[in-house]
Amino acid sequence: MPKLITQVGCPYCGSSCDDIEVLVSDDGTKILEVHNACIIGTNLFFHANDSTRPMLPRMRQPDGSMKEISFEEAVDWTAKTLLAAKKPLIYGFGSTNCEGMSAVGRVAEKSGAVLDNCASICHGPSFLAIFDNGYPSCTLGEVKNRADVVVFWGCNPMHAHPRHTSRYSIFPRGFFTQKGQMQRTIISIDPRQTDTAKLADIHYMLDQGHDYELFDAFRTVLRGHDIPDVVAGCKKEDIIRGATAMKKARFVMIFFGMGCTHTDGRNHNIDIAISLTRDLNSYTKASIMAMRGHYNIAGPGQVWSWQFGFPYCIDLSKGTHAHMNPGETSSIDLAMRDEVDCFVNVGTDAGAHWPIDAVKHVKKHPFITIDPNYCMASEISDLHIPVRIAGVDEGGVVYRMDNVPIQFKAVLKGLSGVPSDEELFDMIYERMCQLTKTEPVWLAAKEDRKYPVKV
Amino acid sequence: MAEIIVKNGFVIDPARKIDGDVADVAIKDGKIVDKVGSGAKVIDAKGKVVMAGGVDVHAHVAGPKVNVGRLFRPEDKLFKSPMAQDKFRVESGFSIPSTFKTGYDYARMGYAFVMEAAMPPLHSPHVHEEIHDTPIIDEGALPVFGNNWFVMDYLKKGEVENTAAYIAWLIKATKGFGVKLVNPGGTAAWGWGLNCLSLNDPVPYFEITPAEIITGCLKANEYLGLPHSVHIHQNNLGNPGNYQITIDSLKLAEGIKPKNKFGREQVMHSTHIQFHSYKGSNWGDFESGAKEVMDYVNKSKGLTIDLGCVTLDETTTMTADGPFEHHLNGLNHLKWANVDVELETAAGVVPYVYDPNIKVCGIQWAIGLELGLYAKNMDRTFITTDHPNAGPFTRYPRVIKWLMSKKAREATLNSLKHKDKVIDATHIHGIDRELTLYEIAQMTRSGPAKCLGMSNIYGGLAPGMNADVAVFDLNYKNMPSDPEKIEKAFQRAACFIKSGEIVVKDGEVLDHGHKRTVWVNVKMPENPQVKRDIAQSFTKDYTVGIDNYPVRDYLVPHPFVIDVNVEA
Amino acid sequence: MATVTLKPTKVPELMLEGYTISPDTFAGKTPAQIAGLEGREGKIKVKLGDFFEVSGSPGKTATETDIVIAGDCSRVKYIGNKMTAGSITVNGNADMYVGGWMKGGRIHVTGNVHSFCGIAMEGGEILVDGKAENYVGCAYRGDWRGMRGGTIRIKGSAGNDIGTFMLGGTIIIEKDAFIHVSTHAEGGTVIIKGDVEGRVGGQMVKGDIFVLGKIKYMLPGFKKIATVEKEVDGVMATFDHYIGDLGERHPKSKGKEIFANLYVKAAA
Repeated sequence: MPKLITQVGCPYCGSSCDDIEVLVSDDGTKILEVHNACIIGTNLFFHANDSTRPMLPRMRQPDGSMKEISFEEAVDWTAKTLLAAKKPLIYGFGSTNCEGMSAVGRVAEKSGAVLDNCASICHGPSFLAIFDNGYPSCTLGEVKNRADVVVFWGCNPMHAHPRHTSRYSIFPRGFFTQKGQMQRTIISIDPRQTDTAKLADIHYMLDQGHDYELFDAFRTVLRGHDIPDVVAGCKKEDIIRGATAMKKARFVMIFFGMGCTHTDGRNHNIDIAISLTRDLNSYTKASIMAMRGHYNIAGPGQVWSWQFGFPYCIDLSKGTHAHMNPGETSSIDLAMRDEVDCFVNVGTDAGAHWPIDAVKHVKKHPFITIDPNYCMASEISDLHIPVRIAGVDEGGVVYRMDNVPIQFKAVLKGLSGVPSDEELFDMIYERMCQLTKTEPVWLAAKEDRKYPVKV
Repeated sequence: MAEIIVKNGFVIDPARKIDGDVADVAIKDGKIVDKVGSGAKVIDAKGKVVMAGGVDVHAHVAGPKVNVGRLFRPEDKLFKSPMAQDKFRVESGFSIPSTFKTGYDYARMGYAFVMEAAMPPLHSPHVHEEIHDTPIIDEGALPVFGNNWFVMDYLKKGEVENTAAYIAWLIKATKGFGVKLVNPGGTAAWGWGLNCLSLNDPVPYFEITPAEIITGCLKANEYLGLPHSVHIHQNNLGNPGNYQITIDSLKLAEGIKPKNKFGREQVMHSTHIQFHSYKGSNWGDFESGAKEVMDYVNKSKGLTIDLGCVTLDETTTMTADGPFEHHLNGLNHLKWANVDVELETAAGVVPYVYDPNIKVCGIQWAIGLELGLYAKNMDRTFITTDHPNAGPFTRYPRVIKWLMSKKAREATLNSLKHKDKVIDATHIHGIDRELTLYEIAQMTRSGPAKCLGMSNIYGGLAPGMNADVAVFDLNYKNMPSDPEKIEKAFQRAACFIKSGEIVVKDGEVLDHGHKRTVWVNVKMPENPQVKRDIAQSFTKDYTVGIDNYPVRDYLVPHPFVIDVNVEA
Repeated sequence: MATVTLKPTKVPELMLEGYTISPDTFAGKTPAQIAGLEGREGKIKVKLGDFFEVSGSPGKTATETDIVIAGDCSRVKYIGNKMTAGSITVNGNADMYVGGWMKGGRIHVTGNVHSFCGIAMEGGEILVDGKAENYVGCAYRGDWRGMRGGTIRIKGSAGNDIGTFMLGGTIIIEKDAFIHVSTHAEGGTVIIKGDVEGRVGGQMVKGDIFVLGKIKYMLPGFKKIATVEKEVDGVMATFDHYIGDLGERHPKSKGKEIFANLYVKAAA
């Protein structure tokens, strides 16, 4: 009998929906049906059925071809390469669980690495703004239950977070928002006519790259001062109309995305959005939230903050303390400035997402990919080690975009012999300890960790 | 496990009324025993003080708001992080240390158990993930209830039994320890940007008052007979003139009798009472209300308190009192983080500099110490800094120094820029009392252990108890005239044995020991109405599924479960 | 005064973290001891002597010590880190953090500097003959206490984030700057002699900015209140006087709100 598993978490976007239903074959190896998920999430589940998924590590040969090797050899090579490097960069973690992010901390300490995650090229500027100005935020249930003015700034959830609007932000009927969409004023701020903008009551089609000026105009108007007739391509009366709507709302929610973090000023766009949120709290209730991309990209920010005190760009090369300063210790800067001499790409595809010049720089040195699937990074790597897919054949904790931890379950039996990220990092760490003749540091709590499957 | 004997120390064990007797403490298999064999490892404690491991009743050490504090304060790490030793994890941070540093620092000070003071239930997996990554120390966590929709809804209808059933379910689901109230009603009002500043301000929509929430939770807690009492952070924290509402809310405990099998005598623990003992009507005429508050506390048997001493450091404030942090941000204009948690609670985080050059900070410093010095029953008065709100926990040794030495207090008073104004607004200058080591042991060991209902496990050195033994380099018979030596001795234990393993020697961490997570499993007959209400709320109001809400067992790999059986 | 000369002999493969290159560390040491001072290249502990030939000798104290680096330091970070006195001259370029957390003394770089020059500086002087990348005189991440004193003069152009969270001191950029000048500042003076793209004085509470060129995009939170004559860096000129950022909070003094000042050279 196929088994229907309910309340499954979806390993796609930062909405981290946990209401998915998955019908699994009797033997627990095939996904037969997926309900409730968006089309992308559905396909991610079905992808796990792919019989061509890598089951063994592959090592680049002198003739350029890839050859399958054992996990033991792969672990040994990775451990030796990390130890030999003066400053390795371990990057990624867009798509894995917190258990893996926690385990990699030991590997990074032992190898004197820089530990960074995809936020570095995504919501990193949001972190910089949070460092400088704070983060008045809330969980997504607060948005569903209370928000009556919802602002989407530089983001397009209708495409990037397909169920966000129906589960949390525009359509749902919440406790104090029984009329759902009817009760909400939607404001979109985007230079493009996106599908989210089409749903909006007010759409500011601002001049690209001038978000900061528009935020400043909103703040200036809120404090009762005059502004120029046109700011960032938007008319004064429209700005006043939006500011008034926010001020008169019962609960304002501002969601922002890459449109803010990756145009000129970057962190400052978020920073002034946070200031605007703070200002609004003098009149009403207001919150702000980053539209985090992946289902657990908030995870490394949490795990590494409690382990090292920083969410990303963590330079552990000193061995004595952690140092962080994006601009210096951020992946792309490190790569472009030739500051690292070994690259480990984990649960993401730097080959596809990074600027090509940065990829060329890290490609001068050993390049390792740890990922369940073939991707551009895996195909240019010196070594590709497959792992289980967190959220499909491996459970674990993930942090939703609002930093709510959700305990994902595995719906499939893992591929035989393929370890989880956590198990793989623990194996690499133990091998590094053997090679350096040092005792591994397991905190007591790790004693009965799920030990690596025998490989 | 090996046998250990701590020989010839001055034993201070208020749980057995032992005050400085020279004696041996024997340890076997993680427990204190009467005697051990001749092969036992000997720790020479001659000329040193021997106490049980410390018990911290209230600190913010794990969970979402602590981590927001870590995340958004990189400057708290800059040039402030100690060097890692071989064999240990990297340590980071001053006011909000990383989990690794938290465990190591508590161990260095000889602490065995720490209670995380506010766990947002929705985020309980996060809290347990952090606890799991905090070495050495045993920990528990108090879920917050004071602004929970279920609690307010049931209590509005006067349904104490349903409230109790819900509390039992939630403590179990979150693997929590007891009932924490933070600004009851006020944080719920903050969902709309409002607050409840008096005990009778109705909560918007729920139409229940803070007084009703407090009374209802006191009753529900005793209905269940939990090890710990209601643990409350009162309304109107941190504002001049709040001492009156503090006393009024303490009075709500009158007439409620403790009912439990754990030896707990209080029905209400009032936390970081320093922040609630303010007189005056504004920051200009701000003065100490410590005397008034302690006059009430001293004559009330059903209460315990912890101090929440201001340590005059740059630190990070964080509390589930969301509206307070917003208010504080309006005063100091530094960065402000806030997290409102659906149906349950909120939290705010703001950095704060307790500047010795600012009059108000000097007065706050004095109030914290006055409360301790006015206390008559030290078994009901505990040392905390509401870490990290009034100062980091690593300053406990400094607080002990101030409490034990008038000379040390005067030295700090003299260093304040507005010394005379501080003297005018407080009583500190006129208090000569110097606490004894016995009293310090009551305030950090036997007292808090009893308050938490764990006096048979922690806080004492009687045979059968957990073998948590701290040795401090202080000569009981010949205490140093230099108070700095007291601080130094408590900062770095000469030896600390945790659950029968030597984890610290000469102030340095040696071993990761065996940490445990203590949680309370309340077993009571099923309540169909509450079960249905919970199920319905997860379908309609929450954004996570009910299956994914309770903390899974693997996240708490070293549980120590205290069972509570509630009869029908 | 006594001079120590460091002659670069090898280009680091990664970056050299030369946080010991400061009069404070060099003072009272022999050339051999200086050559033995620690630096870092990734996780490898290196010695300054691995990368420099050391000659001359320092004074007894930092004040009496001049350091001359006779060559390019494009791959050396942290030159003059936390220095309190004396001087450093770099005959060439220098990498990140030149004069970071500096309290006193003088640094002169004849070439260009990379980012974070004068980060969280408290006193002293930094002179750069070439251009600077981003974050001149900024605060460390998350710190609300940026540059508090001293002077930074960049003879060329600079990138973005100049004087973020500035509280005091002076920054002079003699050519153009890109965006974000004195963002979040609560004091200090920034003088840009060339043009600025925009975002000048955003979220600024207090302090002064002078722009002698043009601002391409003015922030809506700045309002012109007067035209004034002012002397800036030894030159008299007529300026349009703006106050702002009107969107930001401002302290009150004797009942009057105090704003930040932005002076833009008036069109001739």
